[in-house]
Amino acid sequence: MNAVEMLGITKRFNGMPANDNVDFYVEKGEIHSLLGENGAGKTTLMNILFGMYRADSGIIKINGEEVSISSPRVAIENGISMVHQHFMLVDSLTVTENIVLGQEPKKGPFFDLEDAFRQIGELADRYHFKVDPRAKISELSVGVRQRVEILKALYHKADILILDEPTAVLTPQEVDDLFTVLRGLKEDGKTVIIITHKLKETMAVADSVTILRKGKKVTRLPIEEVDEQKLADLMVGRFVDLNIKKKDLRADRPVRISLEDIVLEKNGKNVLDHVSLEIRSGEILGIAGVEGNGQTELIEVITGIERRYSGRITEDGRDITGTDAAGMLKVIGHIPEDRGMRGYISNFSNWENLILGYHTLPQYMTRQGILKTKQIRKDAQEAIEVYDVRTEGIDQPTGSLSGGNQQKLIVGRALKHHNGVLVAAQPTRGVDIGAIEYIHSQLMAVRDSGGAVILISADLDEIVKLSDRIAVIYEGRIAACRPASGFTESELGAYMLGKGDSADEE
Amino acid sequence: MDFLLKLLAGAIRVTIPIAYAALAGMIAERAGVVNMGLEGMMLFGAFFSVVGSYISGSAWVGLLFAMAAGALTGLLMAVFAIGFKCEHMITGVAVNMFASGMTVVLLQMIWGTRGKSSTVEGLGVVSVPVINKIPIIRDLIGSVSPLFYILILCTVLLWVVLYRTPTGLRVRVVGDNPFMAGSMGINVYRVQYISMMVSGALAGLGGAYLSIGDIYMFSKDMVAGRGYIALSMVILGGWKPVPVAVCGLVYGIAQSLQFRIQSVSIPSQLVQMLPYAVTIIVLFFAKKGAEAPAMEGVHYYQKGE
Repeated sequence: MNAVEMLGITKRFNGMPANDNVDFYVEKGEIHSLLGENGAGKTTLMNILFGMYRADSGIIKINGEEVSISSPRVAIENGISMVHQHFMLVDSLTVTENIVLGQEPKKGPFFDLEDAFRQIGELADRYHFKVDPRAKISELSVGVRQRVEILKALYHKADILILDEPTAVLTPQEVDDLFTVLRGLKEDGKTVIIITHKLKETMAVADSVTILRKGKKVTRLPIEEVDEQKLADLMVGRFVDLNIKKKDLRADRPVRISLEDIVLEKNGKNVLDHVSLEIRSGEILGIAGVEGNGQTELIEVITGIERRYSGRITEDGRDITGTDAAGMLKVIGHIPEDRGMRGYISNFSNWENLILGYHTLPQYMTRQGILKTKQIRKDAQEAIEVYDVRTEGIDQPTGSLSGGNQQKLIVGRALKHHNGVLVAAQPTRGVDIGAIEYIHSQLMAVRDSGGAVILISADLDEIVKLSDRIAVIYEGRIAACRPASGFTESELGAYMLGKGDSADEE
Repeated sequence: MDFLLKLLAGAIRVTIPIAYAALAGMIAERAGVVNMGLEGMMLFGAFFSVVGSYISGSAWVGLLFAMAAGALTGLLMAVFAIGFKCEHMITGVAVNMFASGMTVVLLQMIWGTRGKSSTVEGLGVVSVPVINKIPIIRDLIGSVSPLFYILILCTVLLWVVLYRTPTGLRVRVVGDNPFMAGSMGINVYRVQYISMMVSGALAGLGGAYLSIGDIYMFSKDMVAGRGYIALSMVILGGWKPVPVAVCGLVYGIAQSLQFRIQSVSIPSQLVQMLPYAVTIIVLFFAKKGAEAPAMEGVHYYQKGE
């Protein structure tokens, strides 16, 4: 019995097909992975199932019966719920208020909040979720917020749950917890669909997988018949090299940048608490940690965006403490963690974004302060070719590029101008496999040619794969710093949660 | 003591229209719309309450006119700010200019003047027997416009609706995250339109106090910036009904003080500045504890729109 059947779904945006005659089905009571790169049409397909979009053609059957899903309301009535990638929660309200919205328990004309608290408490207990129904969303961690979203679906009587990139924001431990939750739902007879581009979690939790590429269905397979390499190849449509070939470390690796006893205080708390790090030539130093443990501040200090710290920063032994962002950029290339915020200006064209921050260099600006546009445009043309930015041209606004190509442009800008030191923060966030492969190889090339790279990433796999040394940051302190081979994955996880010492004892 | 009582009694009266407008601003912002048009809605309320009273001979009919005029102005602003997705601030300012011009045109048509209407039947004052027996309180609100009691009723009603009914929960969610509301099948536009009409009706009542509640006539541009003051009271009151209604007193006391020290030998311009200066200073020091509705002023688009 199929819980969901979608037949011949086509959806165009401005004439471009996002879904092209896609057939998709999910059996009742299974966990199904909808796999594909960014822009493959996964989310569009699921938005059609959830009634956010109407398909141009095609039919949808729920439990064998054809239905017309014209709005989320209708989807919910048909037992379909969606947990969005960006949580649909109101921070200032309680867990309960968020969950019951739309179907509030009533006493006469009034909202019966006490009854709602009771119901949500019972629901959470039934599924063994540790969630306080009276807590405000703003007090909760990301993992718990996701659980609230799942509870919301269950409260609204969902039998079919769609989760859009559910692990994008979770720590490894939270991912394990989520998978336990999903398996529990499956045992309860629910049907679960996860939208993802991650191979590892598809292998870990799914019973079957549908792969989309460029809006078309490639295939649907039971999980027993695939492995990570096969999934990657099917997803991208060519052979993808999942393994990075690491050259041996050079013998001579002088310290390029050294942080000594950096302390940064915010709201009366040390968000960086006596941090000392050395970044050496010819190696990648990975910073692992749960987001919000000081990584952002560390990046801001190293790149000179934040200057109110105490402590000392040196470059090749020269004191550069307190240098501003413009000055630091001359020494340290920066791939910002949030490309939308610090990486580019959306409606600037590619050639303008490619010199952002470097526009006062003599090759781009005359001594009178006039931009040498001809030279800049020529350089930009070269750069988009060298760094493989897929774009209509240097005049296209960067905001209209795909996420992966925006990121390649930003990485390209940093690589083109850096001075042997690179801060790469979340370099592959929201980027598809092909671009990840490329960006990783570029970072390795910087290392191999004697550059010093500091890699900050929420993706632990990425850290482990690329780093020569790993430092784990927890609550603003460096909890551990060793050669990458000196950690097991569970040790890293433990240090990330501040339980490093107890892990050592075990 | 006597001076203080008189000061406070005066302050309460000054505060009434501001409090109505502040509640009006609050409900609109809670639904995600910045109601910059409060000034114009008050002005229409002030004008049409006089018209209603003039036609019918009853100030209470005037009050109904004020609410209707305010609600229609709210609807008009909603059509542009929500329906056509115009910038909220600009739409509000346009509403204010429209009201300012339109009332003068109508003054000319009805009364043949451009400055003041003729005097009409006013609301008068009410004295509640119980209150008249309590000392101090008696001096403050012993005889006060019926709109004072209606204001208290409105404040309580708003609180109950916002925090104790499903409708209120939906309004709060729409202001904070319309996309979530939409994903739960709530009609975001309907919530916003209705909130804007309620907002307009409340502002209309505030305007009515200025005309048929106080001087029993309409005079050109008589709202004199109170709509803008009210917007700052929304912030000061942290978007919560009771604090928002009470915060108007800050301005009220300053205004009342201003009346009473005009005889002192300070340049009158400085004295007249007092209420506005106090408002700004208080806003400056106001604790930034309360958070504005997160999606206030942001246009909501249904998927595929």
